[in-house]
Amino acid sequence: MSVLNGTGARDERALITPEGVDLRVRVAGPGERLSALMIDAALIIGITIVSLLLCFGAGWVMGFRNGEFLLVIVMIGGFLLRNAWFIAFELTPYAATPGKRATGLRVAARNGGRLSAGAILARNGMRELELFLPLTMVFGGGGEGVDGWLYLAGVIWAGVFALFPLFNRDHLRVGDLVAGTWVVHAPKATLLRDMVDDQPVLAADFAFTLAQLDAYGVKELHVLEDVLRKADRKVMAAVAARIRAKISWTAGEYEMDRAFLQAYYTAVRGRLETRMLLGRRKLDKFDRD
Amino acid sequence: MAELQLKSHRFRNEREASWRRLDSLMTRVERQSVDSLTDEQLLEIPVLYRSAMSSLSVARTISLDQAATTYLENLCLRAYLFVYGVRSTPLERLARFFREDWPRAVQSLWRETLLAALLFTLGAVAAFMLTSQDPDWFYSVMPSGASQGRDPATSTEALRATLYHDDGTSGLSGFAAFLFTNNAQVAILAFALGFAFGLPTALLMIYNGLGVGALMALFVSRGLGLELAGWLMIHGVTEIFAITLAGGAGFRIGRAILAPGDRPRVEAAAEAGRTAALAMAGVVVMLMCAGLLEGFGRQLITLDAARFAIAGATAVIWGLYFYLPRRRAA
Repeated sequence: MSVLNGTGARDERALITPEGVDLRVRVAGPGERLSALMIDAALIIGITIVSLLLCFGAGWVMGFRNGEFLLVIVMIGGFLLRNAWFIAFELTPYAATPGKRATGLRVAARNGGRLSAGAILARNGMRELELFLPLTMVFGGGGEGVDGWLYLAGVIWAGVFALFPLFNRDHLRVGDLVAGTWVVHAPKATLLRDMVDDQPVLAADFAFTLAQLDAYGVKELHVLEDVLRKADRKVMAAVAARIRAKISWTAGEYEMDRAFLQAYYTAVRGRLETRMLLGRRKLDKFDRD
Repeated sequence: MAELQLKSHRFRNEREASWRRLDSLMTRVERQSVDSLTDEQLLEIPVLYRSAMSSLSVARTISLDQAATTYLENLCLRAYLFVYGVRSTPLERLARFFREDWPRAVQSLWRETLLAALLFTLGAVAAFMLTSQDPDWFYSVMPSGASQGRDPATSTEALRATLYHDDGTSGLSGFAAFLFTNNAQVAILAFALGFAFGLPTALLMIYNGLGVGALMALFVSRGLGLELAGWLMIHGVTEIFAITLAGGAGFRIGRAILAPGDRPRVEAAAEAGRTAALAMAGVVVMLMCAGLLEGFGRQLITLDAARFAIAGATAVIWGLYFYLPRRRAA
């Protein structure tokens, strides 16, 4: 909820599910998409080379007499690798090609609904326009009898489609636009400890006043949570000193920095959450009533 | 202890087990496949998903435990992508495609298909008239090499021979595979080019018509018109129909982008794209049939009547399959 806690990244977008909950998704940047494509391309080319060698080897063994059968395999195989590779992988429940999987990306429907087979066919059929046409234009368009300016015009025209993802906010390629899909970061997170679990035994020693608890807001609380989670002694000492100074807290003789921070975190969270329930979300320390 | 008073902490402790359960199921689906789950586990997922969604909504209003909210956001997104992802088995999807999706998609493209057919005919008629008047036009219309030794310089006998030559069965499957992959690639290109406002697709349609028209003019001038028609139509009915459908699919996308009507352009394009792509998947199937008919059928069947019979039969079959009125989907 970037809107509420102010930690939203630039590439975060709202995705409203049919249940009406806003799941924040992070759209993939052009660089990540390109590297995913490169991995797929490398795999496809690798498989092509290996199978060509295998076919050649088989043909050599058979003495090139019944080579036609192999020719059919090569042609159909090439067609499938070029067209069906992406479609077949994206039709799986994980909705990602090996390249996307390796870069942690996957395909999703932009409107939050079901990702249909038609959408996957559409987004990959468009590859012909965005990928293969520009490649043919660049490498094959300048043949004999083709005027240099015409060649240039062709390359620019095809380049518009190839570079489409650079010129829109969600980095959609033409296929995504036509299919109503986008490529997002596949979410993968482990559930981290609740820092309240580390409550010091002598919690009762820390009795904060309301004024002391109201010194900070949600933003600072989350920073404190990260500090406690990382548990770096020096950082904790520095943070504890800052907080004590801010809320004018005099440390007891045996008071540990960690215990103090732990107790203060728990107390502030309780205070902020109670106020949240009553409809007041204190964003940060500058957020005054 | 103070922690017991934190509602968010209690909330997390109470729900955590069910989140972890969903997490482990999702991990299995992502790592392995849906088949690795039992029926009970599959039925469990939507329930766990909804409860995780409600947990997320609650956590956002009552909890400042960053770890839990982030985790829930990610978990819900993972589960959401699965629950609303593509999910029927490949076989079911295939059956549905041939029974419902494909003919329906083709049917809904009838206006665009008609336009593509008109452009194709326009190209064919123009090339026919031009080449009939001046055979030199043949060379401007046909790309060099595509005519395979059938041009105005060839003798009538040699032309006749190209229609009925029989090299035996060797080389035929290779020929069929070549025709199929080539035509399918052109068809997919015609579809994709529709995005450029349909203009390149229109040119491609006319261009395809030109070749047929020029060839027809050449053979008619030698009194071989009927024979050529049989030679072309045995696979041409399927192939030209498929290419026309591909053009129609491209036009649908171009139209949605040019004139989206009262919907946002992006939305119109997405809907057009999905319908057109379904039709396109079928076009590839049609071209596979055409490749087989051209590679084998045409080379092995040299009787004109048989060629016309097959041409007629394919026309009737495709026509009925696509355009016979269907009941609305339930």
